[in-house]
Amino acid sequence: MDLLDRNLIFVTGKGGVGKTTVAAALALLAAQRGKRTLVCEVDAKGDLSAFLETGPTTFKEREVQPGLFAMAMDTEESLKEYLALNLKLPVMARIGPLARMFEFVATAAPGVKEILTIGKLAYEVGRGRYDLVVVDASATGHVVGQLAAPQAINELVRVGLVRQQTRWMLDILSDPDRTGLVIVATPEEMPVHETIELADRINAETIVNLAAIVVNRVLPELFGRGEEAVFEALSAPAHAATLVDAVGPDIAPVLEAARLAVTLRRTRADHLDTLRRAVDPAVPLLYLPYLFARPHGLRSTRQVSEALAAELGY
Amino acid sequence: MAAARTARTASLEQLLAAKEIVVTCGAGGVGKTTTAAALAAMAAVRHGGRVLVLTVDPARRLADALGVGAIGNQAVRVPTAAFGAAGAPPRGELWAAMLDTKSSWDDLVARHAPDKRTAKRILDNALYENITGRFVQSHQYIAVERLYELHGEGNYDLILVDTPPSRDALDFLEAPERMADFFASRFLRLLTAPYRSSVVNMASKPFFTVADRILGSQFLQDITEFFSLFQTMAPGFVERATSVSRLLHDHRTAYVVVSSLEAAPLHEAEYFVDALAGKGFQLGAVVLNKVLPAYLLDEPAGTAATRLVEDAEAVAARLATAGVGEPAQIVRVLTEVAESFLRFQVVAQREAEQRAELGVATDVLVPVPYFETDIYDMAGLLRLGDHLWAPR
Repeated sequence: MDLLDRNLIFVTGKGGVGKTTVAAALALLAAQRGKRTLVCEVDAKGDLSAFLETGPTTFKEREVQPGLFAMAMDTEESLKEYLALNLKLPVMARIGPLARMFEFVATAAPGVKEILTIGKLAYEVGRGRYDLVVVDASATGHVVGQLAAPQAINELVRVGLVRQQTRWMLDILSDPDRTGLVIVATPEEMPVHETIELADRINAETIVNLAAIVVNRVLPELFGRGEEAVFEALSAPAHAATLVDAVGPDIAPVLEAARLAVTLRRTRADHLDTLRRAVDPAVPLLYLPYLFARPHGLRSTRQVSEALAAELGY
Repeated sequence: MAAARTARTASLEQLLAAKEIVVTCGAGGVGKTTTAAALAAMAAVRHGGRVLVLTVDPARRLADALGVGAIGNQAVRVPTAAFGAAGAPPRGELWAAMLDTKSSWDDLVARHAPDKRTAKRILDNALYENITGRFVQSHQYIAVERLYELHGEGNYDLILVDTPPSRDALDFLEAPERMADFFASRFLRLLTAPYRSSVVNMASKPFFTVADRILGSQFLQDITEFFSLFQTMAPGFVERATSVSRLLHDHRTAYVVVSSLEAAPLHEAEYFVDALAGKGFQLGAVVLNKVLPAYLLDEPAGTAATRLVEDAEAVAARLATAGVGEPAQIVRVLTEVAESFLRFQVVAQREAEQRAELGVATDVLVPVPYFETDIYDMAGLLRLGDHLWAPR
């Protein structure tokens, strides 16, 4: 099914692979295609606002592009919202101290922070104000715990309001037509290895469907069939001399750089093969080119979003 | 001690000779683990003594290269044969250990619980297993705690440790204080002694009323029981956390900040360097990893590449005559080669700019080149180590 036809997409990946860029680009693409979209940064580091060229994101969402709203997760705010919605407390001012106490419990009690995060996201999906919610989720190490929180709470908490509420969260999360996970990787050893491991854990430990793997920063193939032999031939002394004669002695680093590009491309292709072989063939791999241009800001988010559109066949 | 703290080291070689603990930190994906392992290997080869690298989450092939593939807290010695194959017999011993969060927590509970029965009740509590996975930056605390333990055993001349992946690099440094704060928290008292005093009762009653409705009384009871049990460990824990914190601040401990020359990791590195200085930790060096080769910055080469694009057809015609291939094919190859150079030159220029703008005050700034292949064996580690040792 079409990736963007889902209602909730979690984007994760190892640190440094471009997780936030991909989340921002997916959200931007969805908004451009007419979907009312909310993008939420879970580990609020402020990167998302840089990729969308907006001011700081807050818990209260803001429209940052036509049809695109951005917010930052804040579990304390999420709890306040939850308490205000679910309890008819006589004195609203009490919520503050109460929320701080819950925050403390949440530092130790399993799944409380996670459920406040997932709960808010599922609530936004459930109330239908957005066609799509894109989540710039936690990095690979923490995302499994986050996605598995509703089940964990459901098992730990036998009675109470939360137990009833985890049910509809589980309904949304477990429906592959509504919810999907996207893992972002780069064609390097560690990110590929972590992606394979994460894909296994997502299947084994969560009810969330792995919707796609985005491979970011794929280097271009320099040479087509037979062209590599031509390139090799250029190194022969006679031909190198011809090149020097034609464009000057400074051509040496140019050839050296091409050799580097070929080697890099080759080692990376091996990692991509490993990834493709290890992951369920039903999970699409989307390839995004290495951006040689400036890698920051809305401009690069747009470039990534165009590349994603091409990969998704739009 | 003040003099020691302000004393300047000029190289990583000198730093590793002088310190007992070196911690590598930085954003995710910059090569913290590999840097720690390479530095440890170099120290074992060049300085001798017993060197330990404590890694949190190594790549599998790196772990295999170090011989710590099996899960466990036990340090293992990297066989000398591994160095022999790399052509660099070590003067000393290289040991490697991987952090096992679960068993480290179990050890900690066993040590700090007032008696065996309480320890068993904590370990058996339904929440314990979940909690060790996330409790107050549990990974960070357990990493520094383990470091303290290993250092205290006195078996190593030098310990290198990489910091766990984290939202905020400071989590690692602040973990001991946070642990102490946790036990000192007003909330912990409120939760664990709800019926002991009327004042406490007044303060915590709204919480219990609400929590009871939301979480249900059984879960709430599990939580309070767990906190009560956990609190019995407070004295030992707090004392320990204070000692751990002292070791992190000690002049025998230095920090090596690792970054690539990309905007986001650099930003984090600058933030981290500032924070180290602000909180009285000792910055040992800044490593700039995966720096593109300097020849990419060569301006005349850029001009040559541009000329090659312009004159591709003429040059191709000459090469075709010399038997290199079909002219059209040669044109494509020449154009591709030249344009590839120009693309990489833009990236290299941006890196150079980032490096020039880098706002960190350190005497030891070590650039390390981009390696074409992944580092996964001793030879690779030592190749990286050579660059760290003697930057060029």
